[in-house]
Amino acid sequence: MSALTQLIRREITGAWQGGGGPLMACGFLACAAVLPPLASDAGPGALVEAALPITWLALALASLLSLERLFERDLDDGSLDLLSLGPAPLEAVVLIKALAHFLANGAPLALAAPVCAVSLGAPAGAAPMILLAALIAGLGFTLTGTLGAALALGARRGGLLIAVTVLPLLIPPLIFGAAATAQAAGGGDFGPALILLIAYTLFALALTPLAGAAAVRAAQG
Amino acid sequence: MFGLANPQRFMAFTRPLVPLLWAAAGVLLALGAWFSFTAPEDYQQGDTVRIMFVHVPAATLGLGAYAALGVSSFFALVFRHALADAAARAAALPGAAFTLLALITGSLWGKPMWGTWWVWDARLTSVFILFLFYLGYMALRAAIDDEARAARSAAVLGLVGLINLPIVRFSVDWWNTLHQRASLIRADGPSIDGAFLPALLTMMAAYGALFLALWITGIRTEVDRRRVVAARARAAAGA
Amino acid sequence: MPDFDMGRYAAFVWPAWGISLIVLGALAARALIAARRWRREAEKLDQERPR
Repeated sequence: MSALTQLIRREITGAWQGGGGPLMACGFLACAAVLPPLASDAGPGALVEAALPITWLALALASLLSLERLFERDLDDGSLDLLSLGPAPLEAVVLIKALAHFLANGAPLALAAPVCAVSLGAPAGAAPMILLAALIAGLGFTLTGTLGAALALGARRGGLLIAVTVLPLLIPPLIFGAAATAQAAGGGDFGPALILLIAYTLFALALTPLAGAAAVRAAQG
Repeated sequence: MFGLANPQRFMAFTRPLVPLLWAAAGVLLALGAWFSFTAPEDYQQGDTVRIMFVHVPAATLGLGAYAALGVSSFFALVFRHALADAAARAAALPGAAFTLLALITGSLWGKPMWGTWWVWDARLTSVFILFLFYLGYMALRAAIDDEARAARSAAVLGLVGLINLPIVRFSVDWWNTLHQRASLIRADGPSIDGAFLPALLTMMAAYGALFLALWITGIRTEVDRRRVVAARARAAAGA
Repeated sequence: MPDFDMGRYAAFVWPAWGISLIVLGALAARALIAARRWRREAEKLDQERPR
């Protein structure tokens, strides 16, 4: 188990260091929150309807940040080969990388999401649900994004490639998360949406390690 | 069936088959066009119903081609078969083209019917997302220089896409019912008049034959191409 | 007899069929041209090094 623990520690420190991680993610979200009002011709109250959609859009895009470096560094310095030969199964390595990335990127985004939404005009009462949905969806986004990062390993224009391959896969958690927060904001029943969101994230939790490991092996040839 | 997995046997088996498929596609298309333009006008849609005869087959084959891509990817991953990978690759462009045609003809169908070039209803949105799946797949293949690596990565993506497709479809349908918008294209709903069936079925068969012709021709081309490329690489290494 | 008078829908029906036939035709042409090209290359191979 100590090999796994070491890997966890390594991944988490790696994700938080180097200017990536929480500051960049929240900075992106802040920019995404301020641009629509500035780009909009209408008065300050007009974007209230769009507050939640804009927040979800920003969340989905921000989750793609710094994904290309997730495996890139290890591929470049050879540690990816060592990791795949090591005691921990490659599936576990992929999962740990994804979770570490979530802690450094997805979780701070989820904390910033209610702030972003409310500042755009969403009702403050929806904030707890926004936080919860952003956390669960964020994990889903990160897991799927990690899969994309593994697939795009060593390819040209990695960041853009990850986005193009992964964005259609992000549609289900986006739909379910947005529905849950919209229901919460409107005082409706957010139950079904939330359950579907949790179901998707569980599905991603199962698929990403398997497919991600296959993708890493594909990259190593 | 698995005997066909041997490239040489595959080439021998498909050699007489391919011209037949092309011929069938041509005949069925001509016949389908005839039926399409001799069918009566629809009570509500008037002459625009004739667009249905190119839209529905395109959408169906766009989906079918992706299934072919996904299943081929599965065989490529699990059995590591070069022929399976060639099959996946050969399905991508035709499938994307069919899907694009479905989008364009869908738009042309929608404008006279609902007054708008595009509407985010469940059906059209799903077809659009399918198109995005194709684009992602082709982008991944193109972005990786090493062909063998590109093939393996693409196989994973193809399979992941196939698994995710029902989920995405479900989520879009679910989203659509949330907003209580009835699916505007009821092409396969109860309102299909029997008078339209000959045209629709013939065009479906035509598109199906055409896809098979395109697909198998593409696989054969890929087999030849790899043989030539491999031989050239060997010659360059030996020289 | 086929009814070719689409009335006010002509601007939609004909482009729909037209684009479909053009795209499908282009796909077919591309596939057949590529097939012929690589077939010829492969046959050249077989001639150079008879198996």
